[in-house]
Amino acid sequence: MKNLFKYILRLADNSLILGHRLSENCSWGPYLEEDISITNTALDLLGQAEELLIYAAEVENEGRTADDLAYKRPEIEYYNVQLTEQPNEDFAHIQVRQFFMDAFNFYLYSALKNSSDTTIAAISAKSLKEVTYHLRRSSEWMIRLGKGTSESKERVNKAVNNLWQFTSELFEMDEVDEALISEGIAVDLNEIKKLWNDKVTEIFEMANISKPEDGYKATGSRKGYHTEYLGYILAEMQYLPRAYPTAKW
Amino acid sequence: MVVKEETYQHIWELLKDIPDPEIPVLSILDLGVVRTISSEENKLIITITPTYSGCPAMNQFEDDIVSKLKENGIDNVIIKMTYDPPWTTDWINDEAKKRLEDYGIAPPVKGTQDKGILFKEKVKVRCPQCKSTNTEVISQFGSTACKALYKCNDCLEPFDYFKCL
Repeated sequence: MKNLFKYILRLADNSLILGHRLSENCSWGPYLEEDISITNTALDLLGQAEELLIYAAEVENEGRTADDLAYKRPEIEYYNVQLTEQPNEDFAHIQVRQFFMDAFNFYLYSALKNSSDTTIAAISAKSLKEVTYHLRRSSEWMIRLGKGTSESKERVNKAVNNLWQFTSELFEMDEVDEALISEGIAVDLNEIKKLWNDKVTEIFEMANISKPEDGYKATGSRKGYHTEYLGYILAEMQYLPRAYPTAKW
Repeated sequence: MVVKEETYQHIWELLKDIPDPEIPVLSILDLGVVRTISSEENKLIITITPTYSGCPAMNQFEDDIVSKLKENGIDNVIIKMTYDPPWTTDWINDEAKKRLEDYGIAPPVKGTQDKGILFKEKVKVRCPQCKSTNTEVISQFGSTACKALYKCNDCLEPFDYFKCL
């Protein structure tokens, strides 16, 4: 059960932290419709995170609730990939980070909807519908930015170059994956990697964006190691329930 | 509590009157949010499914169901959440779609590429005002998670489109 708990947390944390990052843009979008798109995407991700955290709490079965898992875990117990916690910087960074994650989630949930764990399969089938929208939108933005003005081209290429180092971590596997793959619960990320690469190559070609050379590769989130940014996210997100533990909506 | 078939019928009837808090022309039954009604020991169990994962109306649905039943003397209600099968706009019937259009929201177009991915043939969405299909998308997301923002190129009105999911 420990493996399953950890695996669900990884999925949940990716959505929770990316959703939180996106929600920081609320009222800061470049124009009204885009502001609404970013926050609606955040809402979908937070909803998926909630479904997963409820299930994680059930699997752990130690009396913790989904809220406890979101608001009372320290950084070292968060397993989101470091890409999701990277700062918003500018609109290009927001969309490139989103595109990398959307493409990953799209293929991941496409596979996980056939998981032998029926709850993961159900949540994945539901999430996939939402992620399909997200991927369509972020892909279109990659093309608009990549084929846009000289400034948008410069910014989107810079964002791709900055964030590329965080993409290989998406496909890292450890003993948790191995154990769950043999039970038909988890997915072999090597297969997802191939699909992800093909999609990224296809969209980069359409967007005239050049694929960066592989260089330094960020790693560590599987063990709870993060970049400096996660601490600030958690500090903000967890402040209220930690300061006022009995507060209720 | 032994629940008779008539009681279930009665409860379905009561739920019919609960409107969607965001789109009051649709009831929660029109949307297909309520999946099953059953009972266990002394409790009535209403199983619902979320439209979108993060739909903020879900808590409202739960509160409305509980208070509606309470008003009618039915206590001990438990709301359960299910994700399987995932919610789909295909569950909205034609009569409800007509009400949506009359209300000014273009109803989901069945069997279109909405469910597919990227750059396939675009959906033909009909303007709820002038009924022209010469429309274009402004944003994939509108005033709520379930809607996209469109505009009509003929009557020039912007309008919400209830996305296929």
